[in-house]
Amino acid sequence: MTTTKYLLRAVAPLGGERVDVLIADGVVAAIGADAGTLAGSDATVVESAGLVLLPGLVDLHTHLREPGREDAETVLSGTRAAALGGFTAVHAMANTTPVQDSAGVVEQVWRLGRDAGWVDVHPVGAVSVGLAGEHLAELGAMAGSAAHVRVFSDDGKCVHDPVLMRRALEYVKAFGGVVAQHAQEPRLTENAQMHEGVVSGEIGLAGWPSVAEEAIIARDVLLAEHVGSRLHVCHVSTAGSVEIVRSAKSRGIDVTAEVTPHHLALTDELARGYDPVFKVNPPLRTAADVEAVRTGLADGTIDIVATDHAPHPREDKDSEWSAAAFGMTGLETALSVVQEAMVDTGRMTWADVARVLSSTPAAIGQVSDQGRPIAVGEPANLTLVDPAARWVVVPHEQATASDNSPFGGREMHGRVVATFLRGRATVLDGLAQDDADGSRRAAGRTETH
Amino acid sequence: MKHLLSAADLDRSEAIEILDTAAQMAATQSREIKKLPTLRGRTVVNLFFEDSTRTRISFETAAKRLSADVINFSAKGSSVSKGESLKDTALTLQAMGADAVVIRHQSSGAPHTLAYAGWTSGAVINAGDGTHQHPTQALLDAFTIRRHLVGDSGRADVAGRDLAGLHVAIVGDVLHSRVARSNVQLLHTLGARVTLVAPPTLVPVGVGSWGADVSYHLDEVLTEGRPDAVMMLRVQRERMSMAGGGFFPSPLEYTRGYGLDARRLAALPDHTIVMHPGPMNRGLEISADAADSPRAVIVEQVSNGVAVRMAVLYLLLAGETTNMKAVGE
Repeated sequence: MTTTKYLLRAVAPLGGERVDVLIADGVVAAIGADAGTLAGSDATVVESAGLVLLPGLVDLHTHLREPGREDAETVLSGTRAAALGGFTAVHAMANTTPVQDSAGVVEQVWRLGRDAGWVDVHPVGAVSVGLAGEHLAELGAMAGSAAHVRVFSDDGKCVHDPVLMRRALEYVKAFGGVVAQHAQEPRLTENAQMHEGVVSGEIGLAGWPSVAEEAIIARDVLLAEHVGSRLHVCHVSTAGSVEIVRSAKSRGIDVTAEVTPHHLALTDELARGYDPVFKVNPPLRTAADVEAVRTGLADGTIDIVATDHAPHPREDKDSEWSAAAFGMTGLETALSVVQEAMVDTGRMTWADVARVLSSTPAAIGQVSDQGRPIAVGEPANLTLVDPAARWVVVPHEQATASDNSPFGGREMHGRVVATFLRGRATVLDGLAQDDADGSRRAAGRTETH
Repeated sequence: MKHLLSAADLDRSEAIEILDTAAQMAATQSREIKKLPTLRGRTVVNLFFEDSTRTRISFETAAKRLSADVINFSAKGSSVSKGESLKDTALTLQAMGADAVVIRHQSSGAPHTLAYAGWTSGAVINAGDGTHQHPTQALLDAFTIRRHLVGDSGRADVAGRDLAGLHVAIVGDVLHSRVARSNVQLLHTLGARVTLVAPPTLVPVGVGSWGADVSYHLDEVLTEGRPDAVMMLRVQRERMSMAGGGFFPSPLEYTRGYGLDARRLAALPDHTIVMHPGPMNRGLEISADAADSPRAVIVEQVSNGVAVRMAVLYLLLAGETTNMKAVGE
């Protein structure tokens, strides 16, 4: 491993006062006047006037698709996309083939992530065997494996059996885990294609009613309260869900919630053109729901932004709406969407962005070396952002192996200039820092686990 | 107009142009030689992913009366897992030189995708997609209503006229009905007032934005609303046994509440016509008394369907470039 030093000159940590920041030996070595002095002559200088320094972003909800759907994404391609999006850690969802429901599979994914070297990969364990919603998977074995799993989710499917949900919430207390629920009442959403409302009625697509999400969240916060456990709600999408989480928190229930960038930005009106790139689960909701999740994120009711990055190959989207797969990519656009929806509108500061995209997701996922303060001696997991930059999304030019970005052709606000993983630049000048063989193989390995 | 995908795509003058053209087409159909040379050398493909013998035959007849070559392509089961994708089917038809594709598909929006995904350069005509649209059905219904109820019951020339002032009741499974969606939009465009009548379980969420009145009480609508036309929708018996215990408790209860029988027929104003898009469930949404009564125009709807589809094919294809030239552009 090279011991490159980086001197970020006149950077604004969390959007605050401009200072010099020195990155050396994998940590933040100095901040302020002595950074330049300690840098010496061999440091790479990054002129950072006008740029914002954030702790490296942590995604609690990423689909890397490997093993099983390497035609959509691999751990290597997905984590490279993550680094370009400013992430230094991702949680890889469990709905792979085979499912991440055993120590063997989560360790495989963890190793693939470590070998790729772009970001830390933390596998999410399935709650139930095969995501079938019937029997608890070996949660303890996954927690005790090298992958050190702390987040458990049947994401893509709802743990709809209330008894199984109760047992999962209770069981993970033994090792401080959290159950991340995909809240979708299955009977209310059979064959559902999009949000149920004015648009679905008009364009004749079967509806996914808001109540199907809200009813499960309401049940689960009460279950969490009853058993005294910790609940995380994935991709909150409706105004009613925000209300339920807000009221649960006010009652002291230990619940956290996430919102996706696309639910912060897009509405069900986009379904009118029947372009399946806008088909996603939970579905895009109404403008009133978008307003509610933005308000919820700003006031802390919603704790974090998580991408639900869900790559799909062309053939799974190049069809009539009802035959197409659910999901959209998001790793490379997440920060820009949050900037435009929350920062540029004055609803949040960059410190808030660091909270919702780094420190709180790291805390929920119990990743101790990520989401840290920008302070001397802390691991140098950092993201450098140019808020003034504007760029247009060209899906097939993105690093993710799939093209299903809902933001194709849109101008985005802000761009990731550099990403540092334990002091090593995975992205510099907006470009992925590939090794000669096209990966970051083995880099940083000594410092993980 | 390049495609006909939705009744909402038509403004008032376009809709009236189609109805007027259909009237001219209908006039030719009473001649001894019914065939016109208008679309000679053009190829119309009937691409049916869902069974519908009557709609397919209607389009086939319309195309043949205009001297077009007709290819019937039945492709049940469109999902990628079952066979060829919509995209590959469309590319195949494009390669064969289809000037127009008449598509029936179980998935809402499939005709829209076919028209705009760049897979085919031909005109796309929606012959029914999922629970979305069936615009030629709405056109033939409007044509039938205009013939009977505008211009002194057909004795005066109705060319150029719309349906202003008329009241149409649409009764039945609105939730799953592309016929209802298309009719609400087209009747609205043509100035008619629409009342949708259905049990609450069969009324879509968001219906408030449709610009139609909604009632759960058929008797009230028939007696107090005094509709000029009553359009009965087909109720699929399987709706009763679906998830959640069905949309209504039993066929008998449905018939009692929403069926058009002799008693309700007698309550209608004398001039009111009875319509049904077919195929009918006699004894469920409509009794034999109503279906066979003199005021029923159901069989006429079928023949008007041919005239309307001739008009649509004519307006979309006549005078257009051929498929070969379009591809070269």
